[in-house]
Amino acid sequence: MKLQFSAEDELFRAEFSAWLADNLTGEFEVIRYRGGPGDEHMYPSERHQWEKKMAAGGWTCIGWPKAYGGKDASIEQQVIFHEEYARVGGPGRMGHIGEGLTGPTIIAYGSEEQKQKYLPGILDGTELWCQGYSEPSAGSDLAAVKTKAVLDEGLNKWRISGQKVWTSLAHESDWCFVVARTDPQSQRHKGLGFFLVKMDQPGVEVRPIEQLTGTSEFNEVFFDEAVAEDILGKPGEGWTIAMALLGFERGVSTLGQQMLFQNELDTIVHVAKDNGASQDPALRQRIAEAHTGLRLMRYNAMRMLSDPTSGDLDKSALVYKLHWASWHRNLGKLAMDVLGPESEICASGPYELTRLQSMYLFTRSDTIYGGTNQVQRNIIAERGLGMPREAKG
Amino acid sequence: MDFALTEEQEMIRESAENFLADVSTSAAVREAMQTEQGYDQQVWRRICEEMVWPAIHIPEIYGGMGLGYVELAVLLEKMGKYLLCSPYFSTVCLGVNALLIAGTKQQKGDYLPKIAEGQLTATLAYTGINGRWDAHGVQATYQKTDAGYLLNGQFRFVPDGHTAELLIVAAREEGSQGEQGVALFALSAEVQGVTRQWLPTMDQTRKQAEINFAAVSVDDSALMINADSGWSKLSSIIQLAQVAIAAEQMGGAQQTLDMAVDYTQEREQFGRKIASYQAIKHKAADMMLKAEVARSAVYFAACVGQEVLAEQGDAELIDDLPQAASMAKAYCSDAFFFNAGNGIQFFGGVGFTWEYDCHLYFKRAKSTETFLGNASYHRELIAKQLLDTDGGLS
Repeated sequence: MKLQFSAEDELFRAEFSAWLADNLTGEFEVIRYRGGPGDEHMYPSERHQWEKKMAAGGWTCIGWPKAYGGKDASIEQQVIFHEEYARVGGPGRMGHIGEGLTGPTIIAYGSEEQKQKYLPGILDGTELWCQGYSEPSAGSDLAAVKTKAVLDEGLNKWRISGQKVWTSLAHESDWCFVVARTDPQSQRHKGLGFFLVKMDQPGVEVRPIEQLTGTSEFNEVFFDEAVAEDILGKPGEGWTIAMALLGFERGVSTLGQQMLFQNELDTIVHVAKDNGASQDPALRQRIAEAHTGLRLMRYNAMRMLSDPTSGDLDKSALVYKLHWASWHRNLGKLAMDVLGPESEICASGPYELTRLQSMYLFTRSDTIYGGTNQVQRNIIAERGLGMPREAKG
Repeated sequence: MDFALTEEQEMIRESAENFLADVSTSAAVREAMQTEQGYDQQVWRRICEEMVWPAIHIPEIYGGMGLGYVELAVLLEKMGKYLLCSPYFSTVCLGVNALLIAGTKQQKGDYLPKIAEGQLTATLAYTGINGRWDAHGVQATYQKTDAGYLLNGQFRFVPDGHTAELLIVAAREEGSQGEQGVALFALSAEVQGVTRQWLPTMDQTRKQAEINFAAVSVDDSALMINADSGWSKLSSIIQLAQVAIAAEQMGGAQQTLDMAVDYTQEREQFGRKIASYQAIKHKAADMMLKAEVARSAVYFAACVGQEVLAEQGDAELIDDLPQAASMAKAYCSDAFFFNAGNGIQFFGGVGFTWEYDCHLYFKRAKSTETFLGNASYHRELIAKQLLDTDGGLS
């Protein structure tokens, strides 16, 4: 058990942080600390430029194998990458779906031809991806997918019809990966396919969803016989691929996410010291609890990322989502309580929220997306504790 | 960076598991806890001679095994799991740590080898009748005399205070207050003027005592190192003990979860196992989250403790001891209580009986929560560091 990073890793840290200091400046100054969760709709063109800048510096897709243009970076280095990026307020990554999800999935399941076709655009930051998983009737229950895929024999391509929802950056993206039913007779996780669909075509329509924040970073995407450029794997393998995709990140970005949380907590501590809330005994307890929760989240993540030779480590991964989502939701409430009456006052009219207000409201989604707290608890009880599985309808 | 147990640490954990499953059964715990001494002498001999556990983190030059605080935490986790009744915590997590942190060369040479060999038990007494865990808790006083020191006062809540052979006590210079004027002394419990009284406790698995000092006279060699101030040394000793308690609590939190889940897999109501009800599953998931986060808190704090006791520890980690200890103690106190309390609820009516072990854990959860400061106390310490300084910390 060792808490320190190696000298080699610290060198990597110095290199990346120097690059950020030199490059996240000038025209990019405006997007520092922007574009994160709850703010993803902001500055899309500047942030897309930034993706290309990152790519030119060789800082995209560092965890990919060298053979496909990555750096083969170790888990430690990826952790450092995300930490340093978040530390300086690196903008929300528009390329993260391609880099963290689509790319690794194509590397694992794509043909050589597909790899040549899709990976370069992700690597160089030119082509952006969005995801088509959830549907109106398939939220936590992803296997309830209704979107259909029908083979157009003339084109020898699949055509997609149906509706996806909660797709962030859909209107900015060039591509969408879509889970759709290839076998109309099939049920649940059987008979699904994993498709790569071009967004700019007649059969694709994007409609923004207005959220409780009054902003719209999520969309509904309607497919009406849209042509899928490719299918990854074979028809019927969609579920396997979709699940593998969710496992690819292996949680390395969570340490970057924690750095964002730290920035938020620092702001709250600053406000508390400023407005005297820091002298309220109840708030002092809650601030200390938030601070403790965040630090322990870090050590939990480090256990999760350490070589999983022990069975215990899987358990730290199982509880991770429930832990951070619940923690962050509490942080949102704490922010408002520390602000007191000022918490109600917006940045400007008609409904321009402050950063903390926006964070507070947005945290209500944390315990829903990516598996609600209730679904997480089922998973923990079933996989972590061996309790009986829920009856499936 | 590697935050997993090494192979050697896993081996220590496994051998502790095997040994304790054998000697610290429910029947053995119940027998030991009903005695005033509070432990079975034969089991303690085996712990000392067969397992050599008291020697675990004593340096080799003093006859110890020279292992680290993580190895110690691994043992304590299992002791917490099995509610081991023994003077181990008081002797090793209070006594040995106090000697390592504040012992003079002579005191280390005199006492550590004996503890390592299992020939000496020890404890730490610092809190007076006011029951405070901070510097204000030190109420006993000392006076310099020509022959050495004269100690007076009363200590309460002393773990194994009625049986420990070596006493490490804190006293303050007459007239001093707060963190000023605190000094530590190491002396035999047999010295004239020392009287000791067992205090029956709600948690019978861990014994406490009251100790009275009436004009206790010791010579200069009893004084421990008080370099900058005795309180700063004592704080480190207390913080290391908090990490140790947290490790036991984590073991208890895991065990109460495991026992409760096992029971729900057997117990049927309304024609199905109660484990199949979401109300039960979701509570169990919350309990597992607490046990897992507690584990991370303990491992981290133990790594910090390791650096504190190492000859050339990492300075940044050493500075983190107060906060690491408070985080671990606050989180693990809450986690153990949460799991032990819910454990009773999972067992239902039988969880309320003397026969089932739920109450033993529930009581241990409360006694360890209270000892050396509960979660609120520690959160306030963290809040002070965060909110009452100009810089704040990350």
